[in-house]
Amino acid sequence: MNGDLGKDGTQRADDERVGAPARLDGNVAAGMLSEVFVHDFTSARTTSATCGAARSVGALLVYAHGMGMVMRCPSCNSVVMRIAQTPGRLLLDATGARLVTLAAAAPVVA
Amino acid sequence: MSTRTSVASHVTPIAWRLATVSDVVQETSSVRTLVLDVPGWPGHRAGQHVDVRVTAEDGYQAQRSYSIASAPEDTRLELTIERLDDGEVSPYLTEVLRVGDRLEFRGPIGGYFVWEVTLGGPLLLVGGGSGMVPLMAILRHRAAASRALHKMPARLLYSSRRWEDVIYRDSLARLAQDDKTLEIAFTLTREQPDGWTGFRRRIDRMMLAEVAWPPSERPHVFVCGPTPLVESVASALVELGHDPAHVKTERFGPTGVSR
Repeated sequence: MNGDLGKDGTQRADDERVGAPARLDGNVAAGMLSEVFVHDFTSARTTSATCGAARSVGALLVYAHGMGMVMRCPSCNSVVMRIAQTPGRLLLDATGARLVTLAAAAPVVA
Repeated sequence: MSTRTSVASHVTPIAWRLATVSDVVQETSSVRTLVLDVPGWPGHRAGQHVDVRVTAEDGYQAQRSYSIASAPEDTRLELTIERLDDGEVSPYLTEVLRVGDRLEFRGPIGGYFVWEVTLGGPLLLVGGGSGMVPLMAILRHRAAASRALHKMPARLLYSSRRWEDVIYRDSLARLAQDDKTLEIAFTLTREQPDGWTGFRRRIDRMMLAEVAWPPSERPHVFVCGPTPLVESVASALVELGHDPAHVKTERFGPTGVSR
């Protein structure tokens, strides 16, 4: 599923302020997310708590700030997840994700 | 035993590691390829990236993401990096770093903007500027891994400002020469050499209609470049009838995390 193809062209124009962070894709959050999740989290799907659209994390819209990233739903533009790094701490807010679906890990063979 | 090792490597956070620069290739006036020796490199998938971290003497760190340019089949890892004049990291990587220097990075990263021959074709790759880098990894992987290229034909539409800014000119010419199922279309948006027969404008819907596979062929589409290019291309492709689920995008922009 691709994130950026919603019918939200007008809605997004609000984000094009001078000095606003560039809009990127969830792909770019993969490194930070790997510090929290053992799976590649960009292949996971999140369901927006606001509109119910299910998207690959790689297809979410990412706004990168100095300390972290805000990840928005490409359908309704609401915040799905925020991840931030402070000295000594990693913070993840996923209140905007109603559901997260991951492929099951391969079983460990002894 | 080997199964256990491979699973264990998945449940460990992606580690920061040190590479040694073994070669530097000047691709254009502002773009360099760093060829890296990475002990214990686990291999990657075409389209993945790495996070590079540079640390100043006072401990200040800056981190950026760069796409991998080499194919998984290549023996050495290559990153192609464009110098951004107001950048914090790219001027160091493109002007200061020398053969023999160390580079700290983690990867490979990302499982979304990825193509493997097992996914098949046809392939439509649309790139702008240094957005060509992960697309080059995909083309190199396709050429190296498949003995049945005709089963996964590929088309590349590549936008640059001028001919001198086209990254991988020679490599692309070689790939196309050896492979009749690879078609490459260039568009030069700012300046064209004498006798230029390619496109000479920004990528638009009409150009995509001319170059792209029809939606009925269900191509795998990868679009990479600056955010405005990626968004206009992705929207135009959907207007032309392409399935949004088959259009994967990677926008280029400031990705930095500093601390």
